[in-house]
Amino acid sequence: MTDNDVNKDLLTLEDSVECPTPPGDSDLLVCSIQEPFVRIAKRGTVSTRHRVMVYVIGFLLALIVGGLLLVIIGKNPVAAYVNMATGSFGTKTSSAETFRLAVPLLISGIAIALAFKMKFWNIGGEGQILAGAILSSHVVISAVHAGGTMGFVPLQIMMIGAAIVGGALFGFLPALFKTKWGTNETLFTLMLNYIAIEYIIFLQSQKSWQSPKSTYPKIINFKDFLPNLPLPKVFGVHIGWIFALALAVIAYFYLSKTKHGYEISVIGDSLNTARYAGMHTGWIQIRTLIISGALCGLAGYFQVAGADYSLTETTAGGVGFTAIIVAWLAKLNPFIMVPVSIFIAMLKKGSLAIQSTMKIPASAADLLTGIILFFMLGSEFFIQYRLIFRRSATKIEQMVEEVSA
Amino acid sequence: MQELQQPVVENIVEMTHICKSFGTVQALKDVHLELRKGEILSLLGENGSGKTTLMNVLSGIYFPDLGEVQINGAPVTICEPKDAFALNIGMVHQHYKLVEVFSAAENIVLGLPGATTINRRALARHVKEIADKYGFQIDPNKKIYDMSISEKQTVEIVKALYRGANILILDEPTAVLTPQETEKLFEIMRAMKADNKSIILITHKLNEVLEVSDRVTVLRKGEYIDTISTQDASVQSLTDMMVGRSVSLEIDRPIIGDKRPILRVTSLSCLTPDKTRALEDVNFEAYGGEILGIAGISGSGQRELCEAIAGLYPVAGGAVLYQGTVNGFQVEENLVGKTPNEIAKKGVALAFVPEDRLGMGLVPSLDMVDNVMLKSYRQNKSFFVDRKTPQKVAEQLVEDLEIVTPDVFTPIRKLSGGNVQKVLVGREIHSAPRLLIVAYPVRGLDINSSYAIYRLLNEQKEKGVAVMFIGEDLDVLMEISDRLLVLSGGRVMGIVDPRRSSKQAIGLMMLGHEVETKEGASAV
Repeated sequence: MTDNDVNKDLLTLEDSVECPTPPGDSDLLVCSIQEPFVRIAKRGTVSTRHRVMVYVIGFLLALIVGGLLLVIIGKNPVAAYVNMATGSFGTKTSSAETFRLAVPLLISGIAIALAFKMKFWNIGGEGQILAGAILSSHVVISAVHAGGTMGFVPLQIMMIGAAIVGGALFGFLPALFKTKWGTNETLFTLMLNYIAIEYIIFLQSQKSWQSPKSTYPKIINFKDFLPNLPLPKVFGVHIGWIFALALAVIAYFYLSKTKHGYEISVIGDSLNTARYAGMHTGWIQIRTLIISGALCGLAGYFQVAGADYSLTETTAGGVGFTAIIVAWLAKLNPFIMVPVSIFIAMLKKGSLAIQSTMKIPASAADLLTGIILFFMLGSEFFIQYRLIFRRSATKIEQMVEEVSA
Repeated sequence: MQELQQPVVENIVEMTHICKSFGTVQALKDVHLELRKGEILSLLGENGSGKTTLMNVLSGIYFPDLGEVQINGAPVTICEPKDAFALNIGMVHQHYKLVEVFSAAENIVLGLPGATTINRRALARHVKEIADKYGFQIDPNKKIYDMSISEKQTVEIVKALYRGANILILDEPTAVLTPQETEKLFEIMRAMKADNKSIILITHKLNEVLEVSDRVTVLRKGEYIDTISTQDASVQSLTDMMVGRSVSLEIDRPIIGDKRPILRVTSLSCLTPDKTRALEDVNFEAYGGEILGIAGISGSGQRELCEAIAGLYPVAGGAVLYQGTVNGFQVEENLVGKTPNEIAKKGVALAFVPEDRLGMGLVPSLDMVDNVMLKSYRQNKSFFVDRKTPQKVAEQLVEDLEIVTPDVFTPIRKLSGGNVQKVLVGREIHSAPRLLIVAYPVRGLDINSSYAIYRLLNEQKEKGVAVMFIGEDLDVLMEISDRLLVLSGGRVMGIVDPRRSSKQAIGLMMLGHEVETKEGASAV
């Protein structure tokens, strides 16, 4: 680039200063004499009817798009959807399985909502679940090595205590660092997820965690060595579901009726206002994250004692992330999280069902659930905003007349 | 509307039937505007009347729901700011859009198409030419962060002119200027007008309308009211058009005999997070039964001063002494180093209405009840919150202050600016303070709400409360204050008696000229 080039450029600019564009030319510069083809505008108040309508339409569209996917891979979409429904609620066992999947989703969804309500982006649900599962498994392994005869009540109490400590620690650390040194909680909680997973892989290689006969790095099935481990079942599902439902009620009252809940709302809306009001903002964030982490840890305990009876790197199985969708779809309302978590568990169970009954590959089945969730979350956009398409000239004239009158 | 019949008049801009709504709020309803070549047109209206929205339509930031824009008689579509530039429309926004670490010249060419390198010398020369033509003072190589507000504004205007604007929109340009700077700006505007440029001045200050503009278009609540020639207008007639009925523009200043010191600030200094000076050696006293006005160009340390007293800003040195009574004895409580919670626990009756209402004083998504209990919810020992008492207080406030809201359970953010401010001021006053600090209490409020707030402050003063009023409108400050403290660059330039000082003298102090203040002392 020489100075001349630059000067040339400056000269054209100078020209435009000295002689404004003549009137006739000016419209050539503009994006044509009509309004844009489509515009986005915010809606005002939204009625519940409208909201439900958008969700229903979104769900139907998701089924259509998912159906196209199924047609492409040569499967009958209607049969697949029917199979998904019967696979998740068709029999007593399949319904029990669906509800069993919903339990950790609901518990961690509520846990995450506590943090999210404070705009503390805890995406470490996965790690907190695993931390709870890991510490309660430590209790189990100690009990196994002590002879495997520990009574049901002391065993469960110790496991619960350990799970709470593990989850709470994984919630406390990012909160402490954020409030003291302003670290980013999203990155921090995300990183802790990997620490938890890697620690499980480390445990798998430990002799004391493996079966004496096995040479394969795999943690033993706890139930075989500790008959008091499995949680009792009510209506075919381990009692975690009762806890989860009770938690939804407690969390609702905690958020809306207690001083703690009030402080969470204020901090979530404006940290500065909370400071102005004299709240101990740092401690409130730490306290809430301890609770959030501890609840996720409990979800991990229920996985170990109620569902898996072992510890693997898939013990959390993405629940910590799916719980974010649960919390978000339910607008952080613990009551709405109950049906939402059952719905998502249904998708999960249904996709497993079509994999086995219709030989649809796991990837395609997961894609199908992804499409449905994507459309459900995307519906939010059409609840908040509307699209305005270009109108005809006569329509505009009519509107002008209306306004003028 | 007479002008429409006269075909000789050349309109450079014509906007007709403009409508724009945001959600359910109709911001503009069938609004018209004509701008003639080589005139200064004032666009007048209260806050929320749609002035800025209308201009944002013209400058391509919003697309209207309905309506037509004509430039030089030809219909045009302005979809984005780029289109407005191409039509030689330049807008100087209220909040400047400049890159702080760039120089004036770099900001001026920013975003323009051109070569990959900048010929700084040619650029500087060109900027200088524009500046000389209209009487701007600008140093093209000065960095934005070194500039005063007025200099930044100059850069914004030159930027628009450099891009070839001959239609210039200035959005409340004088809100942040001292009287002297305002006068200078008006001279420049007149020079531009002489050069056949057309200017739209958005403002709500009536004196400015009368002083500088040829015609004035009045909007009210998003509706077009009228366009009249400035010669036929007066402050009262314009106010009546703007508000829709006759209003009194007097502000009371009741005189209270018995004044007792309530707050004594001695050699207070604070640092900004970058360790530069925010406040330096600030000394003053606030008395019960008076309004102490605090004037200054924005960013002169007003926010830091309020927040330092309220325990929200770290103090580097000095003392904030609150004069309280314990068992009938006068005691001095130093507030420095205490958190807001500790200050409240000490029994210090301090109320603070911060500048950023929804960002600091209130919680926008919560309802009025939850906002009323913000500072008092800790008062009982229960684990659960008591919403019954604050609900009664909220209902009382709605009645006493005539707050317009569907009910006390509506989220605060859905209320209008004036009602939001009434909730905040009402809550603070309800706490029965002895010291009331209000920062920019009428910013963004319509005339009615503003006067309601002035009345509330005067009521407090009559009750013997020490009121500190941080304001930006010098006329108002001079009318309402008993004493006026002038800040400049974090230092106190003097405390004057507004009844015995001129606006010009105070303007000079705001610019950093120290003035001996014998009057201030004698007023106490």
